[in-house]
Amino acid sequence: MHYESPIRNPLILGDKSYSDITNDIARPVESKAPRLWWIAFSIAFIMFLWGVGCILYTIGTGIGVWGLNKTVDWAWDITNFVWWVGIGHAGTLISAVLLLFRQKWRMAINRSAEAMTIFSVIQAGLFPLIHMGRIWMAFWVMPIPNQFGSLWVNFNSPLLWDVFAISTYLTVSAVFWYVGLIPDFAMIRDRAINPVQKHIYKILSFGWGGKAKHWQRFEEVSLVLAGLATPLVLSVHTIVSFDFATSVIPGWHTTIFPPYFVAGAIFSGFAMVQTLLLIVRKIFKMEDYINIEHIEMMNIVIMLTGSIVGVAYITELFVAWYSGVEYEQYAFLNRATGPYWWAYWSMMTCNVFSPQLMWSKKLRTNLVFTFVISIVVNIGMWFERFVIIVTSIHRDYLPSSWSMFSPTFVDIGIFIGTIGFFFVLFLLYARSFPVIAQAELKTILKSSGENFKKHHGDHGTH
Amino acid sequence: MGHTKHNPIIRAIFNDDDIVLDAVKDLRANGYNVSEVYSPFPIHGLDEALGLKRTRLSTAAFFYGLVGLFFSSWLTYYTMIMDWPQNIGGKPNAMWFLNMPSFVPVMFELTVFFAAHLMCWSYFAVNGLYPGAKAQNPDPRTTDDHFLMEVELEGEETDLTAKLQELGALEISKIEA
Repeated sequence: MHYESPIRNPLILGDKSYSDITNDIARPVESKAPRLWWIAFSIAFIMFLWGVGCILYTIGTGIGVWGLNKTVDWAWDITNFVWWVGIGHAGTLISAVLLLFRQKWRMAINRSAEAMTIFSVIQAGLFPLIHMGRIWMAFWVMPIPNQFGSLWVNFNSPLLWDVFAISTYLTVSAVFWYVGLIPDFAMIRDRAINPVQKHIYKILSFGWGGKAKHWQRFEEVSLVLAGLATPLVLSVHTIVSFDFATSVIPGWHTTIFPPYFVAGAIFSGFAMVQTLLLIVRKIFKMEDYINIEHIEMMNIVIMLTGSIVGVAYITELFVAWYSGVEYEQYAFLNRATGPYWWAYWSMMTCNVFSPQLMWSKKLRTNLVFTFVISIVVNIGMWFERFVIIVTSIHRDYLPSSWSMFSPTFVDIGIFIGTIGFFFVLFLLYARSFPVIAQAELKTILKSSGENFKKHHGDHGTH
Repeated sequence: MGHTKHNPIIRAIFNDDDIVLDAVKDLRANGYNVSEVYSPFPIHGLDEALGLKRTRLSTAAFFYGLVGLFFSSWLTYYTMIMDWPQNIGGKPNAMWFLNMPSFVPVMFELTVFFAAHLMCWSYFAVNGLYPGAKAQNPDPRTTDDHFLMEVELEGEETDLTAKLQELGALEISKIEA
């Protein structure tokens, strides 16, 4: 019953019992924060405050403080929006798609990946909100009766589709995450000694007791949520790509965008999961749970999605040439050889060439190399959005209005601020939430734990 | 578990999921009524061994999704066709059906939104889970590495306790109804 082929590497290393899993996962919540945590938190918090200042300055003065001009009227904010939404995708992919495919290795990483999803979608949502200028009017994007003779929102607009897609994605990811967290909060509640801590986790755990019927419902709800979240996650970046694809701008008006954006989103998201988990496993000593096996699996996904993105880039070039439309051809020629050639070739190097190194097993099981590539990939994916957005519009049909975009300190400040805000949320999460779905992990201990696998191997029992 | 007659309950603590599962099967085969098992993680096959019915939450989710689909169809019809039709990008607005292709993304999102959220609320409601609720498990060790089984006592107490000990129970206690 608990048998798994000996060819598969163990997912939980060491001689672990159920209680060891409990102790290891409760430890970061129960012990004092490591020094490194405080250093990281302070830096992130300063970045966050800087971003808050820049956002307040934008709202107080107006969008004119950004580097936008008459030709390039969409640049950093939308680049950052798409970048953050894309990062979020890996969390849902890990928790939903890998659940449907019964991939057990997801169990050690799904909690943190989903936290990353929620926190990065929060960052993404900030950009359209502040770009509205009058953020206190943000509720106008909702279809609510109003004093203008019921002038409704436009359901034909991809920007409104985005409102529905992003808000559905954020809230559904949050409940999916929380349903899984409840049994783990109950675990912390039941062992808490400090009365304040016990009370907080009592509230958070909703009274969970682990009855047989409740576990049956838990598994059913998880499966159905995974089934709902899978098309949802694909729809979200598809709809983000519609923001561009439904326009008539050369370089944006392409049917390849939905799959290309989704692959890029998973690619950047997995890279961010790598960045975060390599730090988490080190600081919180989770190496037995998030081991080389997990890192290698994620690197393979990065390699695969990076290759899909590479094929998409080349297809775009081919179709531009094959279309015979000179504006379309110029848009791509300008990307690769125009004044933004450096952005284009940064994107190509980071996204297409660097993940190909993962074909080497030696490299993809190397932690330092993985960490470096995970950062390189996210730099590349930021450039991808910048290239798609800015180089397609900075040289429009009228050469007299051609211009360049340069960000102001406010543009840069808000972007840095969102990185800070993301890490503030993630670091707070890592200290107060069970960072691994321990209840789920216990179900695979007997089949995928190193000691149990070894025992099976020694005795040949099935 | 709704008890019609109030028999005393025997609680037995175990420390292994396989032992609990075998014990449940054994007890039920011998005519005992195992009324509840508290475990730190889902044990596969336990619901069948306990004779629990399949949950209907997934069926409910399907109907919740339909509610979302109908709501979004009505919303787009009312706002875009009936209340204030406008010519947007030359899209036909005389009939909802003709304008429908551009409403598909919103219809899809609201279907998922209703299905997911209403299913989760139902899940919390039927499980009696809400912020600040009292812990349902009688022993705090059952969220760590212990398993607690509740068996209704109908016959001789000594028979049942002997049976439980034989099946691997570590601790046995009696709760008067």
